[in-house]
Amino acid sequence: MDFMMHSEQQNQLEPTQAPVERHSHNQWNPYVDNGGTSLIIAGKDFVLVASDARQSVGYNINTRYDPKAYELSNKTVLATSVCSADAKRLCEVLEQRAQLYYHKHERQISTQALAQQLSNTLYSRRMFPYYVFPLLGGIDAEGKGAAYSYDAIGNMERVTYKAFGSASALVQPFLDNQIGMKNQRGAEGERMLTREEALRLAIDSFTGAAERDIYTGDWLDIFIIDAAGVHKETRELKHD
Amino acid sequence: MAPPADTNAGFKFDNVKRNQLLSDKGYNLPRATKTGTTIVGIIYKDGVILGADTRATNGPIVSDKNCRKIHYLAPNMYCCGAGTAADTDSTTNMISSQLALHSLNTGREARVVTAMTMLKQYLFRYQGHVGAALVLGGYDTSGPHLFTIHPHGSTSELPFTTMGSGSLAAMSVFESRWRSGLSRDEGVELVKDAIEAGIFNDLGSGSNVDVCVITRGNVEYLRGYSTPNERVPKEQSYRFARGTTEFIVPRTAPSNDESSAMDVSA
Amino acid sequence: MSIMQFNGSAIVAMVGKDCVAIAADKRLGQRALTVSTDFQKVFPITERTYIGLAGLATDVKTLHDRFRMRVNLYKHREERTIEPKTFAHLVSHMLYERRFGPYFVEPVIAGLDKNNRPFVCNMDLIGCINYTDDFVVAGTADNNLFGMCESLWEPDLGPEELFETISQSLLNAVDRDAMSGWGAVVHIITPDGIIERELKGRMD
Repeated sequence: MDFMMHSEQQNQLEPTQAPVERHSHNQWNPYVDNGGTSLIIAGKDFVLVASDARQSVGYNINTRYDPKAYELSNKTVLATSVCSADAKRLCEVLEQRAQLYYHKHERQISTQALAQQLSNTLYSRRMFPYYVFPLLGGIDAEGKGAAYSYDAIGNMERVTYKAFGSASALVQPFLDNQIGMKNQRGAEGERMLTREEALRLAIDSFTGAAERDIYTGDWLDIFIIDAAGVHKETRELKHD
Repeated sequence: MAPPADTNAGFKFDNVKRNQLLSDKGYNLPRATKTGTTIVGIIYKDGVILGADTRATNGPIVSDKNCRKIHYLAPNMYCCGAGTAADTDSTTNMISSQLALHSLNTGREARVVTAMTMLKQYLFRYQGHVGAALVLGGYDTSGPHLFTIHPHGSTSELPFTTMGSGSLAAMSVFESRWRSGLSRDEGVELVKDAIEAGIFNDLGSGSNVDVCVITRGNVEYLRGYSTPNERVPKEQSYRFARGTTEFIVPRTAPSNDESSAMDVSA
Repeated sequence: MSIMQFNGSAIVAMVGKDCVAIAADKRLGQRALTVSTDFQKVFPITERTYIGLAGLATDVKTLHDRFRMRVNLYKHREERTIEPKTFAHLVSHMLYERRFGPYFVEPVIAGLDKNNRPFVCNMDLIGCINYTDDFVVAGTADNNLFGMCESLWEPDLGPEELFETISQSLLNAVDRDAMSGWGAVVHIITPDGIIERELKGRMD
């Protein structure tokens, strides 16, 4: 019963006509927004990847646990957002490409190579993109934490921290402030977080986002990737 | 006795033409806060129980985590509101004032049907443009009453009812568990469970459960009856050291001694 | 684009321990074009009540004038200063009166009442009041502000701590919003008086 809707419609209406909602011939839309938020933080020798697990459409929750972050290998995790189906397919494709690489070169694909592969995969569908905004975390050749962020058509950037998804507007300025040390007098650029600090910031980002964003909630998957491998932790968020 | 004058009949339309012009130029007109909402009501053995969640949304963002959706109408009547938040607030407020005048005029407690009729006539007059969807409950000389009132002014009297975006979730609880002759505690528990079904399964509803039990000559308003969504403590504090933010004191800082002066500048 | 995004704004108010704070950015734009970097969006109503108006600048100015008139009339008629809660209802009624042809503003009100209790609320453009005991936000950077406040705010902050928290919330929020920023002004309302400070922000 939004009043603006009616005032727009009244233009075309005769004064005697009732202002009923008329359905236009909606074209079928191949994309769907399933909500949810993903986050990545790179440290000196580790990278943290976190995603909530709620999958929803409109006012409905499709499922409370649909992980958006996938372990691609024992040193890379891919976090996604927006369209769940596209995200799953993208992961399958990327895993296949990583396998092909393994058989062709007889060694596991490096994080940098996989990051470039992801960009190429996304750009190969430039005219019918995967509706996914990926974040890729891993360990680079020097043993440092590597975080990559992408748009849906493959524009790639190595970052120290990034948030994507339905609560990205809520989380990103907080990370700018707490990791980027923006607007703080005397601070000298980005901070290198310890594992514990990164974990605390990730948790507080998501509990804050779950308070205000209706599409973020239920469960939180946190991956910490370091030289030893991938450590996964699942925490509860609010369910309302 | 003549009905009391409609005190809120005076909407102003002087911005409409300008707004229409802006709209025609391609500027989308903004949306008002809506309460996604689960609201319910049931009849039980001794009266009526109303229930509501406490979330108000502005698109996908929660604008109020603990708002009041069970509005006071009269000492024996309360009304849950869903839809455009400003409409439910002002409509119930206005009818409440008219009911107070009505009981002062008649020297009696107003009846629930009277409130229902006033509400439906008001909403019908605005042809659904006043977007208030209401669940009205009360107890009068003829016993307990529970009405639903739709934004266009249609009404129905039912033994149990739900409204808002969480109405299906809540109704599934009522359809499986409501029966006539529920006790007070059973009734309150059922209402709480119905609202919680909305809170957890409908994204437009959330936070806490408000309950209102209305019996003959008594009202129990249980604000925050159930709070299943308290925020967990933060992992750390984010207090800043003094001096973190650079600032200047503006030259024209207000002096406090001329505080009693009235601002009449052009 | 919505008309609420035409000029750009970011306003936030927070409750502290025996004090409240209200802050706003200073940009006035016409869509992406910055027209002024010193546009007032927060106005004193009494010496202890402030209102911030986010939204269409022409309505910000019009409404500020109308509020001033109504508050002056109230003072003449009642021979006392209007309380923040009373003022909030005045604003709410003036907005709801134009339910079907609204002013395009989202007000934020902050003040101390006669018992020095903090009062903070905001409204949508047709006057639905949202009372709160933590913080309220408005403007084009509202989501950014929600995220900042939800993380940074905590109860019982003193005036100086509240200044840091509200300033950091606002500055970092507007830096991720193209339509607001270009400096900010913060008012801390305490029982002893107003602390007014200007912040330098990014100019991009």
